[in-house]
Amino acid sequence: MALKVEGLRVYYQTLRGDVRALDGASFSVGDGEIMGLAGESGCGKSTLGRSLILLKPPMKYVGGEVLLDGDPLPIWDRERMAPYRYKKVSIIPQQAMNALNPTRKIGRLIRELLEARGVSSRDLLPELKRRLDLVELSHEVLKMYPIELSGGMKQRVVMVISTLLDPSLLIADEVTSALDVSTQKRVAEMLVGFRDHKFVRSMIVITHDISILYQIADSILVMYAGKLAEKGPTEAIVRRPRHPYTQLLISSLPEIGVRHTERRLSGIPGSPPPLLEPPQGCRFRERCPVAFDRCREEPPFEELAPGHLVACWRAHG
Amino acid sequence: MKRYLTRKLAIYILTFFLAVTIDWVIPRFMPGDPVQTMLSRANLRAEAVEVMRGYYLKAFGLDVPVWRQYLNFWVAVFHGDLGVSVYLFPKPVSRVIMEAVPYSLALLIPATVLSWIAGNKFGAFAARRKWLDNTLLPVGYLLNATPYMWLGILLAWAFGIALGWFPIAGAYGFDRTPSLSLGFILDFLWHWFLPFASLFLVQFGGWAIGMRNMVIYELEADYSQYLEALGTPRGLIRRYAFRNALLPQITGLALQLGVIVAGSVVTEIVFSYPGIGYLILQAIQNQDYFLIQGCFLFIIIGVLLANLVVDIVYIVVDPRTRRGMMGES
Ligand SMILES: Nc1ncnc2c1ncn2[C@@H]1O[C@H](COP(=O)(O)OP(=O)(O)OP(=O)(O)O)[C@@H](O)[C@H]1O
Ligand code: SF4
Ligand SMILES: [Mg+2]
Repeated sequence: MALKVEGLRVYYQTLRGDVRALDGASFSVGDGEIMGLAGESGCGKSTLGRSLILLKPPMKYVGGEVLLDGDPLPIWDRERMAPYRYKKVSIIPQQAMNALNPTRKIGRLIRELLEARGVSSRDLLPELKRRLDLVELSHEVLKMYPIELSGGMKQRVVMVISTLLDPSLLIADEVTSALDVSTQKRVAEMLVGFRDHKFVRSMIVITHDISILYQIADSILVMYAGKLAEKGPTEAIVRRPRHPYTQLLISSLPEIGVRHTERRLSGIPGSPPPLLEPPQGCRFRERCPVAFDRCREEPPFEELAPGHLVACWRAHG
Repeated sequence: MKRYLTRKLAIYILTFFLAVTIDWVIPRFMPGDPVQTMLSRANLRAEAVEVMRGYYLKAFGLDVPVWRQYLNFWVAVFHGDLGVSVYLFPKPVSRVIMEAVPYSLALLIPATVLSWIAGNKFGAFAARRKWLDNTLLPVGYLLNATPYMWLGILLAWAFGIALGWFPIAGAYGFDRTPSLSLGFILDFLWHWFLPFASLFLVQFGGWAIGMRNMVIYELEADYSQYLEALGTPRGLIRRYAFRNALLPQITGLALQLGVIVAGSVVTEIVFSYPGIGYLILQAIQNQDYFLIQGCFLFIIIGVLLANLVVDIVYIVVDPRTRRGMMGES
């Protein structure tokens, strides 16, 4: 098991109280696995991703454990976490387009970043160039400022930078969202290529676009309002979703060819509950078409079939 | 690059043209007739008055139609001939100004440059120290909001009159003549300190606050967050943030130049410091409109030149403008 997360809780401290953006997450990602993380905007995907690498105020660690390659990750301790960053866990942030210092040439930025982490940039230069070739970027980009690159080029530069030290785990947050459809496909394939070349051991790919995950993910984890709703192999999640929320999500995807093709994601009536003071019981209850009495209690996130977990009373019933 | 520079240059030339025109117009619409003032000062008989009036009008170039006066003014500007001072007649205006300029520059340049450097360093430093931040911020805002004149008067009163530590008028003692002797230099610095300090302090507050806010903004920027997520030591992230925060501060300096010059005019007046500012006051009091004109012309050219320098520095330090310009041409 490359990554194992147990009961992870991360809240945002605000003046009005704690925002429970990640309220108890338990899951694991296997060696070489690409796990997709999906769900509506604001459900806590980035919170989960970020807390695994840089947990800092206003984020607050409330509880839970993270094991990476069998070793506990001290995610609650900003200083002790430092040596693991980049070398063990790395991230392609959601705002990758702005992730490069605008006043440094790409090459110099990479050199300074590596030296600051105690890695010889000279030794890594051939590998860096090889990877630039792999993402179809000319070596000239090293002599350019970020402003001279297109959005898609910046995205690929960040992909290369983030994986340069061959981390065990890569968190890729919305890498495809800002790109046009054909570029999306290429970038998604590059991510798979990175895994196949063993640049990264395993990967969490965050997106609200399940069709991308269908292309590249081995498994999919669906979140709803700070909780895990369902996790399973991609085929199972797409063909036989068990959680009502996942079913609605999947049915809104035309390409995958389930019924109700015209229904959009935003077409799920209602909106997620507030995370400041979330309601008791199943958080999907308000919008769930099949809710019943029992849903006033919180459903456990439990295995239905090997590797397929669901948090829903109907599914367990 | 070329197009960018041409455009910039065109803006400078247009500004110069407009400013010089306004500079020519304003004294002519001021109340009072300087020639009349001089004549009444001389207490002459009636016939003599007419003769003298003719002489003065000719001497000042006022005996030709207005449009000619305007053209003549431009010709004169390019010859560096700013006419003759009325109040210090017959001393040429350019001489009068050149005698005052060193004093103005001696205040303005050190106060501006040092406050910019010190303010930026201090602001960046305060941005990461909570206790300093909590004390600096109110003080900085207070300093920055203080009009130059108030702070000048306050300092003059506190350290000049109440404590008696510093003189509050002139650039050196009345009993001294300028020389390069140690005694004179010390005396000069002693007189220089208060006006310098009041100019410095107001500006310092502004730069420190600006820098503090910019550094905090840069440290929150996506690129800083990314570097932090990759475990980059704080030193490098701060270095980037400081460097990038400096860019708007340079633009800020260009925008502030006019205000700073106005502040130094007022400060010179408060401390009777014999620079251009003090000269302007004298010229206005004596309705010496050639002198007023000359002083303003000098300030216009000075501010435009300083702006140009800052612009060029900006192009050199910000790769984005540099590269952007290349792409354009
Ligand atoms: N700095 C913050 N302070 C307070 N609340 C926050 C903060 N950042 C995020 N939140 C809240 O935490 C919740 C989860 O946010 P998160 O960014 O993890 O969502 P997401 O699933 O990544 O959404 P998106 O798809 O839009 O990126 C949201 O409801 C948001 O309002
Ligand atoms: S637990 Fe109840 S409310 Fe929640 S998803 Fe299942 S059926 Fe719907
Ligand atoms: Mg997000």
